[in-house]
Amino acid sequence: MPVRLYLNNVGKSFTMHLQGGTVIPVVEKVEFSVSAGECVVLGGPSGAGKSSILKMIYGNYRCDKGQILVTIGDDIVNVAGAEPRQVLKLREDTIGYVSQFLRTIPRVSAEDVVAEPLVAQGASEEEAVEKARSLLARLNVPERLWTLPPATFSGGEQQRVNIARGFIAHYPILLLDEPTASLDAANRAVVVRLVQEKKEQGVAMVGILHDQDVREEIADRIIDVTTFAADVAA
Amino acid sequence: MSLFQSDEPLLQVHNVTRYYGDRVGCSDVSFDLWPGEVLAIVGESGSGKTTLLNCLSTRLAPTAGAIEYRMRDGTMRNLYQLTEAERRLLMRTDWGFVHQNAADGLRMNVSAGANVGERLMAIGDRHYGNIRSTADDWLGRVEIDSDRIDDDPRSFSGGMRQRLQIARNLVTRPRLVFMDEPTGGLDVSVQARLLDLLRRLVSDLGLSVVIVTHDLAVARLLSHRIMVMRYGNVIEAGLTDQVLDDPREPYSQLLVSSILQV
Repeated sequence: MPVRLYLNNVGKSFTMHLQGGTVIPVVEKVEFSVSAGECVVLGGPSGAGKSSILKMIYGNYRCDKGQILVTIGDDIVNVAGAEPRQVLKLREDTIGYVSQFLRTIPRVSAEDVVAEPLVAQGASEEEAVEKARSLLARLNVPERLWTLPPATFSGGEQQRVNIARGFIAHYPILLLDEPTASLDAANRAVVVRLVQEKKEQGVAMVGILHDQDVREEIADRIIDVTTFAADVAA
Repeated sequence: MSLFQSDEPLLQVHNVTRYYGDRVGCSDVSFDLWPGEVLAIVGESGSGKTTLLNCLSTRLAPTAGAIEYRMRDGTMRNLYQLTEAERRLLMRTDWGFVHQNAADGLRMNVSAGANVGERLMAIGDRHYGNIRSTADDWLGRVEIDSDRIDDDPRSFSGGMRQRLQIARNLVTRPRLVFMDEPTGGLDVSVQARLLDLLRRLVSDLGLSVVIVTHDLAVARLLSHRIMVMRYGNVIEAGLTDQVLDDPREPYSQLLVSSILQV
């Protein structure tokens, strides 16, 4: 299977100017690749830098060192050096991000929140909302909530709305930031099934999954992030 | 989406500097704005963001630097070399300017319908019935009831006035809209409604926007890209969520960490 994502010698640290310029090293010399149809899980304790790696791939955090190469057809784009509009374009059609935290927008209904990424990829509003509803149903979000803005939903309901939003569109690369955290067993099984469907479609995935059962079911490979610890490399 | 399809910037800003006597308003600011892109300028009072906005919108001549704009015929023109007639036409048709205080952008002693219709007449529309129906349509789009069309904006609430100002600006289908703290001074619930409305209109119409705000939540919701200003200089710029989630400069870190969590 072709390589979709390649991290080459990636390094990241935070400089906390409000704490007297303290430099917090996060990761050093991160190197791995992910192929189409493969799910790679980042392992390691909290604070090891798993989320930072995902956020750098998504362009949400800056990458200080190295390259994050993404294959799009015959082109290769380096996310680490990309212009803002290139990153936005990548997020529209190449890299998806599933997280558990929903950033609600005033007055936008749950089904429209979910449908939005598909509309952005050019689907008709009708088609996108129909798919949004089927995903919300699969994730057991009660139908009476679909047309309401999710700001007042429970934490679990918001999380499932956000998962539906993350899975609705096709992206060749999908980043999973603890999508199953605090879900009940039934909904966890739905997410596992969604991930398996993406795999069958050839999506390359990088995930953070603390849940041991889920991890065993979907991970093809586990990468121990502690081997990239900045202080070890230094 | 229009944001990524165009290879040519709509606005190119080169080293724009404005002095007030010896004092610096803004200094050496350069950037490109692309079709469909929303750029937020953030920073505290006195950081130079409104000075910059006024320079960009030809309301205040820069002391140095150049600003080029892609006209509808595709040619790139230096804004400060346009004739006065060309500049006025641009401001009346291809551009919008949304003021913080709606009264600055509206004619307070004529009806809501006339406020919207006036911009249409300025570009040559003469048919009263068409103008009125277009105005009515735009009032609907900004959620003002049809039965208020003959009322003048003095009888409108702050939120309604702001929505009317937006309708007045957008009726001519501008390509570029400048906004100066459009949600400043409004109640939180009124702000939320206005923000959602702006977000939809900007994306439906594929507008390019330069928005000045000190509210980082507004910047996050509306903008693709952000520029942080301090003492007249742009100290940090980039993708909005990257600057807000991983700010690099000391002042940007201070700004982000000063937001109250609700």
